[in-house]
Amino acid sequence: MSERTIDRVATATPPKVARKIKGLSDRAIAWIFVAPTIFLLLAINIFPLIWTIQLSFTDFKANRIGREVKNIGLRNYERILTDNDIWLNMQATAHFLFWTIFFQVLIGFTLAWLINKKFKGNDLWTTIIVLPMMLSPAVVGNFWKFLYQPQIGLFNYIVAFFSGKDPSSFQMLGQVNLAPWSIVIVDTWMWTPFVMLICLAGLRSIPDYIYEAAEIDRASKLRQFFTITIPMVLPFLMLAVLFRGIENFKMFDLVVQLTGGGPGSTTELTSINLKREAFEKWRTGYASAYAIILFVTVFGLASIYVKALNKVKER
Amino acid sequence: MSSFSVTTPSNRSKWLAGTLVITYALITMLPLVWILMTGFKSPADSISYPPKAIFEPTLEGYVNLFTTRTRQTQEFLAENPPQNWADDIVRKYDMVIVGPSKFGERFLNSVIIGFGSTFLSIFLGTLAAYAFSRFKIPLADDLLFFILSTRMMPPIAVAIPIFLMYRKLGLSDTHLGMILLYTAVNISLAVWLLKGFIDEIPREYEEAALIDGYTRFQAFYKVVLPQAATGIASTAIFCLIFAWNEYAFAVLLTSATAQTAPPFIPTIIGIGGLDWPAVAAGATIFLLPVMIFTILLRKHLLRGITFGAVRK
Amino acid sequence: MSYKKLVSASAIALCTSSITSLAQADDLTLCWAAWDPANALVELSKEFEAESGHTMNFEFVPWPNFADRMLNELNSGGKLCDLLIGDSQWIGGGAENGHYVKLNDFFDANGISMDDFAPATVYAYSTWPKGTPNYYALPAMGDANGWFYRKDWFAREDIRAAFLEATGRELGEPQSQKELLEIAQFFQGREIDGKKVYGAAIFTERGSEGITMGVTGALYPWGFKYENTPGSYDMEGAVNSPEAVEALEFYKEFYETATPPGYTNSYMGESLDAFKSGQVAMAMNWFAFFPGLYADPNTGGDKIDFFVNPPQNQAGSTLGGQGISVVSYSDKQDAALEYIQWFAQPEVQAKWWELGGYSAHNSVLNDPGFVDSQPFAGDFLEAMGAVQDFWQEPAYAELLLAMQKRIHDYVVADQGTAQEALDLLIEDWTEVFEDEGKL
Repeated sequence: MSERTIDRVATATPPKVARKIKGLSDRAIAWIFVAPTIFLLLAINIFPLIWTIQLSFTDFKANRIGREVKNIGLRNYERILTDNDIWLNMQATAHFLFWTIFFQVLIGFTLAWLINKKFKGNDLWTTIIVLPMMLSPAVVGNFWKFLYQPQIGLFNYIVAFFSGKDPSSFQMLGQVNLAPWSIVIVDTWMWTPFVMLICLAGLRSIPDYIYEAAEIDRASKLRQFFTITIPMVLPFLMLAVLFRGIENFKMFDLVVQLTGGGPGSTTELTSINLKREAFEKWRTGYASAYAIILFVTVFGLASIYVKALNKVKER
Repeated sequence: MSSFSVTTPSNRSKWLAGTLVITYALITMLPLVWILMTGFKSPADSISYPPKAIFEPTLEGYVNLFTTRTRQTQEFLAENPPQNWADDIVRKYDMVIVGPSKFGERFLNSVIIGFGSTFLSIFLGTLAAYAFSRFKIPLADDLLFFILSTRMMPPIAVAIPIFLMYRKLGLSDTHLGMILLYTAVNISLAVWLLKGFIDEIPREYEEAALIDGYTRFQAFYKVVLPQAATGIASTAIFCLIFAWNEYAFAVLLTSATAQTAPPFIPTIIGIGGLDWPAVAAGATIFLLPVMIFTILLRKHLLRGITFGAVRK
Repeated sequence: MSYKKLVSASAIALCTSSITSLAQADDLTLCWAAWDPANALVELSKEFEAESGHTMNFEFVPWPNFADRMLNELNSGGKLCDLLIGDSQWIGGGAENGHYVKLNDFFDANGISMDDFAPATVYAYSTWPKGTPNYYALPAMGDANGWFYRKDWFAREDIRAAFLEATGRELGEPQSQKELLEIAQFFQGREIDGKKVYGAAIFTERGSEGITMGVTGALYPWGFKYENTPGSYDMEGAVNSPEAVEALEFYKEFYETATPPGYTNSYMGESLDAFKSGQVAMAMNWFAFFPGLYADPNTGGDKIDFFVNPPQNQAGSTLGGQGISVVSYSDKQDAALEYIQWFAQPEVQAKWWELGGYSAHNSVLNDPGFVDSQPFAGDFLEAMGAVQDFWQEPAYAELLLAMQKRIHDYVVADQGTAQEALDLLIEDWTEVFEDEGKL
């Protein structure tokens, strides 16, 4: 990283040009240009983050204005980390994360690979496939609830049509064994295109001559796929996984509209649980500690992952 | 075209790939087509079993979306004939239209907050991106990484202190509050994307302008900006789509004056439970602009997604 | 010239002086849930607008979001609502956190007496701490959870005969919770007019308060109590008493054996849907919906009848309903109080009942013609005689959400036993009261 800074110093505006510039100095302009952004981020990102950390050591409740706020040290953290229900929420989140990523990578890569065959009209169809990821998850999630209605919903009807089951015999959103899959299906429908696009960029970045060389070496197509295509696309794929991982760790809107966390607590992802604590129970201090734990978790996991990613890239 | 090339797939495999991709695309479109269709169904048709693909289209859903209605007695209905075609539709249920619904307001809020925050993110983001691209800023890389990492916070976590802060400052449920918040969320991506676009513009252009006696600011304004226009436009679309679709902050921090459409649409209710045609009508009106944008601007958008992700 | 100046000067005086604000026409906003009675209130309020010169605006929020949105609004000190018809359980928080204006002085000054309102409603909707003469709301809408059924199906000879054969009993309005279940199970999966129908629609909603409001309909008749001694927060043996366990198991059995498929997350709207679409023989819901149900062209009129939540070990109904409060963040409190003063008049209350609102005023309820004025009026009086409410503590939301989770986990998600669910609930509640410093 620091090398790049040095590069920049080296390529900065040559002194003889700089001397002739009228008006404000570069340094002044740089700060004028950057300052508003930094200020905004300080005010709306950093200051709140620090405040959250501070609140996480108290028993503050935002709906109880007159109540005395006590400093309770690490009690909130202790409570959260020993709470069995929160571990169940974490498990639900992990299930959701793992399977959405699994299906999105599988389908997304396959689609990208097929699209890269450059059949006629592939541009148009790519655009159509991309549509779901551009839409509002809350609005779409709410409508999927309708598609999942037993008996009257399109989804149940189609499944019934192909499987011969009674369309009112299963409830995607209401059954403990199906609800976790119902949210995986919608998320996969929505975000597979993202993984596909990144993979497509990866596939297109592979120069033709590598395949040509392999062909001269008489490597089979299958062998080419595993020795050229996969390794070359892997860094891209890992990036896509990183982004989907971070996004789905934060998942709220889609699932809240679909299941609201139910039945029972089977699809209560950490974000939904956090919302209940913070904005329904109004246990602000407790929820702040919860938020910090989530942030540290995602930041930690992402950092480890990025290290792995860089290793892959270097190869 | 050469008849033999190792990198050009055969016609047969092209045909197979095309079929598979098109099949997937059609399946993926099904829910969206269903939304569109449900908007034109009557409430009874929308919940019929088996689901109806062929039905008599009606504008009931759209009428219900845009109006509030109240049930009236037979005498009243007999005395007051329907005033227009929309009123005529709701008479079927012994109801009369008494005024507009809140949907128009909520949609307008989405437009104001969406465009307001996009403008602000692009304005500030372009300035910052230019500075990061052209000047030596201490700790620039760390700063950039840090700016990006703020997007890792779950929105609910961010909303806790923002809620408290806005309550103190009187920014709760205001357009300004939401614009500032969405700008803060968007600006990290905006700076990152825009810096990439500006990096691609050769600095010789500006230097030539500077030698010609332009000030730094003029050079930025007259040379760099026009060159970066495409990049700015595609970044703007991203910011707009984010603000347009955002739900978590909107549902927590707004209640009436500044509430946008996403928290509102799922709460549209009819006589008894959810009025699915009205919900579908609202969803259609809300989703359509983004779909059209995506299709019209596909080149820039798709490039922006891969570019933004891969650079990171 | 000087005349104009004078006018504008006095206009400024009017705007700035709070004393003269009575003479000023205000734009008032009243917040409530979006449901049938709200439309009736709009109708009723037109008279107030004509009399006072103030303009009434309404912000009606759908039930599933009502508590969330309104409590958020209050907690952020919002000025959206001048008047709020808030749920009964909010009174503790509304009073202690200063969201609601205390109304005692206003009542005294304007001759409004709480003795004119039904005692159960005053206790539930107006007082904090409970039962003390400290009023933060005027009872606006009495309500309880009741039942309605397909009278036409209950009257059919073939169905009656089949029921008699199956149970040895005549089909009729159930006299106990167990009879209720028996009837529901009888209808479950039965074919009527070529359509498969189901027993009853009950509340199972997870997100807000649905399943709690439903399950208490079984808990109260079994004799469930929140505390061993009121005010002691001593819950062990009360909340998880053998009766409570039995009632909870009953509700789960009801859910599993007598409700339509897919009703895993259903509340008021879904219950109405199920009934109006002819899917169920019976359904539970708030009395507030009964006028609308009775007026329904397809399933109303002589096809519907109503009954109060059946007793088991004792009579008991879940309380609904709301009082009307003045929000302390409002700039137009005087005009808002004017509205309450107007609303409390016996004539207005009589009109309120006529339009479909449930007045809690004695002059309406004790009127000799009241019981026969609507087919559900007598049931309403009976229900209000034995209502119980959830905790009304300032921490009510925490208490409610804990119960929502524990009950839904057990009844719908089929986790653990009824005993375990109630034991866990006591743990959750104990933690809340410890945080509150009450234990």
